Amino acid sequence: MTTDSNKRGSKGDILLEMRNIEIDGFSDERWHDIVKGVDLTLRRGEVMGLIGESGAGKSTLGKAAMGYAQPGCRIKSGTIMFDGMDLMAATENEKRKLWGSRIAYVAQSAAASFNPAHRLVDQTVEATVDHGISDEAAAKKDAVDLYTALQLPDPENIGTRYPHQVSGGQLQRIMTAMAMSPRPDLIIFDEPTTALDVTTQVEVLVAMRDIVEQFNTAAIYITHDLAVVAQMADFIKVLRYGDEVEEAETRLMLSEPKEDYTKTLWSVRSLEKPEDKSDDIALSINNVDAAYGKSVKVLHDVTINIPRGRTVSVVGESGSGKSTTARVITGLLPPMTGNIVFNGEELPAALADRTKDQLRRIQMIYQMADTAMNPKQTVGEIIGRPLEFYHDMRGKQRDDRILELLEMIELDSSFIDRLPSELSGGQKQRICIARALAAEPEIIICDEVTSALDQIVQEGILKLLLRLQKEYGITYLFITHDIAVVTAISDEIVVMFQGKVVEQGLKSEILNPPFPEYTQLLLSSVPEMDPDWLTNLVDQRP
Amino acid sequence: MSEDGQNYSAAGEVAQVKLRRGRGERTWIALKKAPVSAWFGMIVIALYAFTAIFGPMLAPYGEAEIFAKADEPWAMLGGNPDHLFGTDQIGRDVFTRLIYGARNTIGIALITTLLSFLIGGALGLVAAINRSWLDQLLSRAVDVLMSIPSLIFALMLLSIFGSSIPSLILIIAVLDSTRVFRLTRSVAANVVVMDYVEAARLRGEGMAWVMRKEILPNIMPPLVAEFGLRFSFVFLTIASLSFLGLGIQPPTADWGSMVRDGSRFIQFVAYDWTLALPSLLPAGAVALLTVAVNFVVDWFLHKTSGLRDDH
Amino acid sequence: MHPVVSTVLQRLGLGLLTLFMVSIIIFSSIALLPGDFGQQVLGQTALPETVEAFRRELGLDKPAWLRYIDWIAAVLQGDLGTSFSGRASSGADESRSVWELIAPRLSNTLFLASFTALIAVPLSLFLGITAALKRNSIYDRSVNAMTLTTISFPEFFLAYVLIVALAGTFPTLSNVTNDMGLWERIYKIALPSLTMTLVIVAHMMRMTRAALINLLASPYIEMAQLKGASRGRVIIKHALPNAWAPIATVIAFNLAYLVVGVVVVEVVFVYPGIGQLMVDSVSSRDIPVAQGCALIFAATYILLNLLADVIGIVTNPRLLHPR
Repeated sequence: MTTDSNKRGSKGDILLEMRNIEIDGFSDERWHDIVKGVDLTLRRGEVMGLIGESGAGKSTLGKAAMGYAQPGCRIKSGTIMFDGMDLMAATENEKRKLWGSRIAYVAQSAAASFNPAHRLVDQTVEATVDHGISDEAAAKKDAVDLYTALQLPDPENIGTRYPHQVSGGQLQRIMTAMAMSPRPDLIIFDEPTTALDVTTQVEVLVAMRDIVEQFNTAAIYITHDLAVVAQMADFIKVLRYGDEVEEAETRLMLSEPKEDYTKTLWSVRSLEKPEDKSDDIALSINNVDAAYGKSVKVLHDVTINIPRGRTVSVVGESGSGKSTTARVITGLLPPMTGNIVFNGEELPAALADRTKDQLRRIQMIYQMADTAMNPKQTVGEIIGRPLEFYHDMRGKQRDDRILELLEMIELDSSFIDRLPSELSGGQKQRICIARALAAEPEIIICDEVTSALDQIVQEGILKLLLRLQKEYGITYLFITHDIAVVTAISDEIVVMFQGKVVEQGLKSEILNPPFPEYTQLLLSSVPEMDPDWLTNLVDQRP
Repeated sequence: MSEDGQNYSAAGEVAQVKLRRGRGERTWIALKKAPVSAWFGMIVIALYAFTAIFGPMLAPYGEAEIFAKADEPWAMLGGNPDHLFGTDQIGRDVFTRLIYGARNTIGIALITTLLSFLIGGALGLVAAINRSWLDQLLSRAVDVLMSIPSLIFALMLLSIFGSSIPSLILIIAVLDSTRVFRLTRSVAANVVVMDYVEAARLRGEGMAWVMRKEILPNIMPPLVAEFGLRFSFVFLTIASLSFLGLGIQPPTADWGSMVRDGSRFIQFVAYDWTLALPSLLPAGAVALLTVAVNFVVDWFLHKTSGLRDDH
Repeated sequence: MHPVVSTVLQRLGLGLLTLFMVSIIIFSSIALLPGDFGQQVLGQTALPETVEAFRRELGLDKPAWLRYIDWIAAVLQGDLGTSFSGRASSGADESRSVWELIAPRLSNTLFLASFTALIAVPLSLFLGITAALKRNSIYDRSVNAMTLTTISFPEFFLAYVLIVALAGTFPTLSNVTNDMGLWERIYKIALPSLTMTLVIVAHMMRMTRAALINLLASPYIEMAQLKGASRGRVIIKHALPNAWAPIATVIAFNLAYLVVGVVVVEVVFVYPGIGQLMVDSVSSRDIPVAQGCALIFAATYILLNLLADVIGIVTNPRLLHPR
């Protein structure tokens, strides 16, 4: 290791150089390649964004930058030079001396990555003290300074708490403090804000960006969210299926992406349904209060009107009650007070009391198409069941209708005998849509239906839903936290917060000022594809 | 920018889509990859099953046929060549008893296990679907029953009802069904929360349909593995009870009682180890089967859990 | 109240409730007896008056709940009733109290069980922990294959294999008496103890290994590694504080298993313990003795599991340091 005086080096020197990295992962009793020969160069003080969809190998590559292969993976070939040291040739002991002193790691799930048995401050300074970088008293004093810099509440005392005693956003910032405590040369941020709500995410992003800037630390920022990475990184590398797609300076990549794939990453943002007002209400939820069990009330006096043939989007963060609203409509959770009126008639509150026809008219599509289809049933059985059940179709009539439905969702007859495990993510979601269509419903409730999908697939699904609405006049209730999706698909928007409706109105009304306070906070917290967005936001907010 | 989405087609969407294979082909591939221990287990189980089914045809003598000379040693150890494994304390052919024992011991254990799955499995499914007072009641009752060690509980109940084959089957099946109940309930509870079950309920499907079509097919692998484990446990319990003299009663041949009968000379084993053979032989027969079942289950569990993520 | 205290109290209450339910189950077994039971115990020649007196002694003329209260009150004072054996059709009663029969046997069983636990628990923890740390090594695989085989063996098979192998070295009959010294006792119980050690170690080693592997897969363990903590530090500082609950559960489960396992082993080696007493009482349908034994077995089992739960509660940081 180099001596302390020149440890920091000067900005612009090459800190990390990875050449032709190939990484294998073990599953299904054989090795698969996860990363297929990627190069990566990082200079001191630079922040690189690693972006890609699930399965792109970005997280695996990020850990490999430390010379670490996660359990079940092996770094097959390539070279990793960290500040002149060959990490591929280094022994475990030599690498251990680097980890937690010169290279630090910030994990996605802070709640799971802190040891429940130790106080936060002890964990914050553990590596610093363990590696002999500073003594315990000094490190703890420094930790308080870091907590202050990261804008944690009560920085003097928050460290004496245990992980389960603080919130997720605070934990994520404390983990950043933990990474920063030994003043490393390099920090790997592995999707650090993915599990957080947008309003919390903003605070964490600001804290992380400022502290990295303050100490001139180099960082690799791993995420699937291009808008987030645009705020954090000096330059961006795009990965797909373990290969590099392209790498460019952040502003350049946003303004002039070279590769088609990079362009598709934000293609959904160009989709926008022109809004269409209607006063013909298909379904209304009136003054609904609802609770799980007897104690915890999750909906307070919720009233929502859904016009026929239109899309109403319900937006809100976790705990806002948007999914509970869907459960109330479907009858899974009968409300304590209030009612649901469908086509002018009051719907029975409980699922068991509704008629087959009432059930048929309201269908549901789920976020995770994987769990929404019985893995032991074929596509034909999945789509065919509602045909038999609601329309009493058998034999050839049923098979013909299945083909028609497959055609409606842009798939062909070769899919009939497939099992869900033999479909891609987007195809699965299409089958779920076909199952809903088979019932010939009036309303389809879409619960975060695109959030588990890659961008380009999202766009395909949204276009399909719009087309079906146009052709068959279906009404959608769209539950989502993704403002881009809201813009793309809705006519009206309902904003929910802590079980209450903040406002309902036409898209143009909600998305434009004047805003109620919470809507303002929510909308302004959604990262935009503008590298200056976070800076501007910080300037604007008091 | 969205023009790039034009050459995209849903049907042609590529991802890690798995190759489609038939059920038979998949089974064959799995079998070919099975380790030696699993093959050993399957062959042993097949041999036992064959013996149990065709026992009367294979056995040289009748189940309770008594010969003149009791306690004869093995044929190869200088005994009467007509009796491969010698005769027991009242002169019955040990080889014959061993073959009939397979039929009785395995048969009774199998019936008991099936019964315990019928009781525990059905109640477990109902409890998992219907998370209400019924679930609470059943689960608490099972907690209490399971807080008494099952062998002790079985002994106590046998002291009241006496040791007959029907009461043996019933008592062990009921006690063992508590474990089946727990497992079925917990695996089914994992499936019940799946969106496809909710989708079926929202469609208006009845409880029977949901159970049969949505839940049961998805909990089969752990249940099949559990069946193997429960069978070997029940089999051991019955053999142990018979060994204690409280299980299957004479003159019905069974391995547990044979071990007990053979143990009369145990204190002289230090001088002549072959005196342990009358006990060791049936005990070994019990051990070999349970080992075989465990090997197969271990492989099966490993295989199904390994494949679960991409299923 | 501190959440640890309230959770422990809650768990203790639940344990008591379970014991209560179990006592009801064990008690009601007597109510299930067939009507002519008195005749069976006393013999066919017993006079109707004698049978009637016997029934009254059992309290069969009183309502069940009243009988239960009498019974449980007596049990709580250490009176488990009177054995059926030693009664004659003539009405002469030479029967002994159940406790008198159980007490010496119980101490023998406890001696055998504790001696076995003393060897088996540390050994299996050691094997389990080392196997988990050297996961998938040759060592792990061979220990795994061996224990999978041992687990499948019935106790009596292991016992006879050991008898054949070691009959020259150790006695095959464990007929201990009260006047024996400690070393002589240990020499006598060598084979039964070894038999049970083999069974327990197999179970416990597998459970320890599984629990530890589960623990080592936690993200906070990976985090500790990525902070450059040494192997020893990861284990002692990060894994161990969270391992007490699973380890306690494993130990309790196996001690409970041991308590049941003694029944068969005691019979094989003719060891004068409570297990054999229970088997004898069941064979002769001496219900009060069988009930007494069952109650003691069940109570031990419940208390061991309760203890494991309490250890799990008092070492849980989430409960120790509430929000």
